[in-house]
Formats: sequence, structure tokens, C-alpha cells
Amino acid sequence: MSKKQIKTTVNGVEHEILVDSTWTLLETLRDHLKLTGTKEGCSNGNCGACTVMIDGKSSCSCLVLAPEINGREVTTVEGLADHGHLSPVQDAFVENSGLQCGFCTPGFMIATTALLNENPHPTENEIRLKLAGNLCRCTGYDKIVRSVQDAAERLSRA
Amino acid sequence: MPNFDYEAPTSLARALELLSRPGEVRALAGGTDIIDQLKNNRRNADLVVDLKRVPELLTLESNGSRLRIGSAVSCTDVHKFTLEKGGFSALTEAVELVGSIHIQNRASVGGNVCNAAPSADTIPSLLIHEAVAHTASASGGREIPLIDFFAGPGQTVLQKGEILKELVLPASSANTASAYLRFIPRNEMDIAVAGVGSLIEINPSTKVVTKARIALASVAPTPVRAYAAEKFLEGTVIDAVAIDKTADIAVGSAVPITDVRGSAEYRKELIRVLTKRTLNICMERLA
Repeated sequence: MSKKQIKTTVNGVEHEILVDSTWTLLETLRDHLKLTGTKEGCSNGNCGACTVMIDGKSSCSCLVLAPEINGREVTTVEGLADHGHLSPVQDAFVENSGLQCGFCTPGFMIATTALLNENPHPTENEIRLKLAGNLCRCTGYDKIVRSVQDAAERLSRA
Repeated sequence: MPNFDYEAPTSLARALELLSRPGEVRALAGGTDIIDQLKNNRRNADLVVDLKRVPELLTLESNGSRLRIGSAVSCTDVHKFTLEKGGFSALTEAVELVGSIHIQNRASVGGNVCNAAPSADTIPSLLIHEAVAHTASASGGREIPLIDFFAGPGQTVLQKGEILKELVLPASSANTASAYLRFIPRNEMDIAVAGVGSLIEINPSTKVVTKARIALASVAPTPVRAYAAEKFLEGTVIDAVAIDKTADIAVGSAVPITDVRGSAEYRKELIRVLTKRTLNICMERLA
């Protein structure tokens, strides 16, 4: 088993980590950096529970090898809040009850943040299409879509 | 996950040297197929070579005569680029159907081709736009028309130590339109039960079809061209009757299996319907 020394920035903090070639980014975040906000669901890229941003682009961290993030910037759900203040996306999910059990929520909030960075005023169809890679088994999605719409409004006011 | 080593070369020469090493050496671009396959022991590897830092494989450019897509360029980047440049509508549509946005941000079009799934969404679009696979290996490179690139489900004609370097698509004339449609039982995030890409070039004054290309996904061990349907349509004045007839003939090029996604009969019917719909979309685009 071969080890690789990598340098990466996670939520604005630089890390030098000795990783195994076969670790996924998801394992590295959860087991090594103890950032357990990112969840493991299907582990094959279908459910989106493990969604993080790599250089600002939403990605399934279960389908990324740890050495691939050498020199890249990773943002997890722990990186959304600013000094203890929830981000507008997080506030919108809280106030619109965009969650029930909460397992899918970190992935949804990362996916929403990436979506609104790219497209600040998505239509409902665009929201549903761009969040299709995130599965929720509780809410029926309506409250999540409303949360995203509210987040878009909050961000445009900010 | 099996034990493997990982290298991320920063030059094509170094990548090719690594790829020609003994043992199972796997190229990784987006990783969205290969990492899942490694986890599930569907493919093995002693060494994984990450191609995303090889500048020669990140080309994305077009001039008046052709579009070049480096094998490690993501679906998202191809979508944005072709949407802005125009001229490759079927491809622009297809790259937005590969998994979710999270997958499209990582997955490369070249990887979708090399994974060689019969259901791969980008392949029919590349076939109708007459993509040529430019390969690279320590002993040189080959230019392979994409239709000759596939050897079976998950299998390509690439040799040990040889990789896809880029896909080169000739630009189409102004009187050309293309479209890709697939059928899935949901609205998004699924594997094509069947897919059809169509491209037509017409003489705008006579409506005679001067070129027709139709390619089918998920209905054979490899992506296929519907040659008989293309041949029928070329030289024909395109109208509703000609489109219906073309769609009927295209079904003959489909040799599907029955599996969990759909029966052979259903897939054949889908080919008829999707051929008709994609040709109608082409006509709308030419109007």
C-alpha cells in the first residue's frame, strides 16, 4: 500500500496529510480530518450525501481519491458558516424546514451553494434538475426546493 | 478497494511511461466510473494514473474546421464550451445527461468513451458528429474513427500503454442540425434504456438531405450506427413520411437484449420513437 504526502486546503485551512493511495476523499475528510458533516450514503455517486466542493465545483467525495486533491481547495458543510454565523443557504434550510432526518442536508446545502454561485436565480425546474444528484428520503423535496428559492432571495439581498 | 499505487504525471511522456509499466495500469480522468469499479472489484489495478494534470489531455478548442476535446476535459466544461460556440447541439445535450451535476463536474467525455458502456450518453452524439479518437502511446499514436473504437461492453481497441489523447470532431456546415434524446423512466439521473443521436444536413432550397447520421445507444454490445436508415434518408426530400420511414428502418440496426431496464421489444420501439423525435428536433433547428 503506498502513501502519498498531499497538501490541500479544507475550509480555508491548509493541511499536509499522509494519505493512502486508495483512500477516498470522503474517508479522508471523515476519518482523518474528523469532518463528519460530510455523510456516506451509497458510496457510488448516486445519492449526493457526500457532496463537497473541489475548487468551487460540487463533487461526490466518495468518487475522488485522496491524492487527487493535492493542491486543490475543498469546502465541506463545516466550511459554510462564517465564524459561527450560518450562511444564507443554511439559514434558508433551517427556516423553511428543508430537512427532516438531516442525513442528506450537508450534501444539499453544498449542492445549493455551488448551484447559486453558478446561477444566482435558478427556476424551479433548474433547481430540481441541478439537485437531482442529491436524494432525500424524508421530505418529498418541496421544502428543499423552497429552501433553495429562499436562499437565492437571501443571497440577492445580501 | 484493492491496493494500488497512484501517480499524477504532469506531462504526456511521463504518463505514457507509467501506462506501459507491467501489471494492471488504469488511466483515471474524472474517476466517476473507475473508482466505483475498483471498489466493487469490477476492474482491478496495480497502478492508477491520474491524467488530469497532463496539459496535452486538457485541450478544449475549436476553429472553423474542427472541435478538439482533450480526453481529461470534464463534461461540465464541454457543455459550457459547446453551448457558447454552437454547432454540436447533440453533444451539448448529451454531456448534461451524464449522471448529476456533481458527476459532470468530474467525469470526462473521454472517460465516458473509454468506459465503453453501450448506454453511454455522449457516444451517439460523438458518432453522428464523426469524432475521431486520437490516441497516444510510447510508440506513437493512432487516429481511429470512433465507430471502430469499441470492442464490446466496457471494452475498447486501446492497447496496453495506449490512451485516448483527444476526440476531434469536424465542424458541420451551416445547414446541419443534430439532437440527442434518451429514454429513462425518471426525469434525470438514470441509465439510458435506449438513446438516439441524429444529425442531418439539408439543401435548404430543395429540403433534400445531403448527409444523415444516426447512432443508437443501449441496443447492442457497443454503440452502433443505423447505416440503413442513414442511407435511406440521404438523397430523400425530408418530410413527415420520410422521417417515419427512416425511424422504421433504424429499428433494424438495434439488436437489444432484455434486461432489468427494458425488454428487447420495448427498446426497439424506443429506437423508432426517439429516431423520429430527434429528426423532428433537427428539422425545428434548421427552420
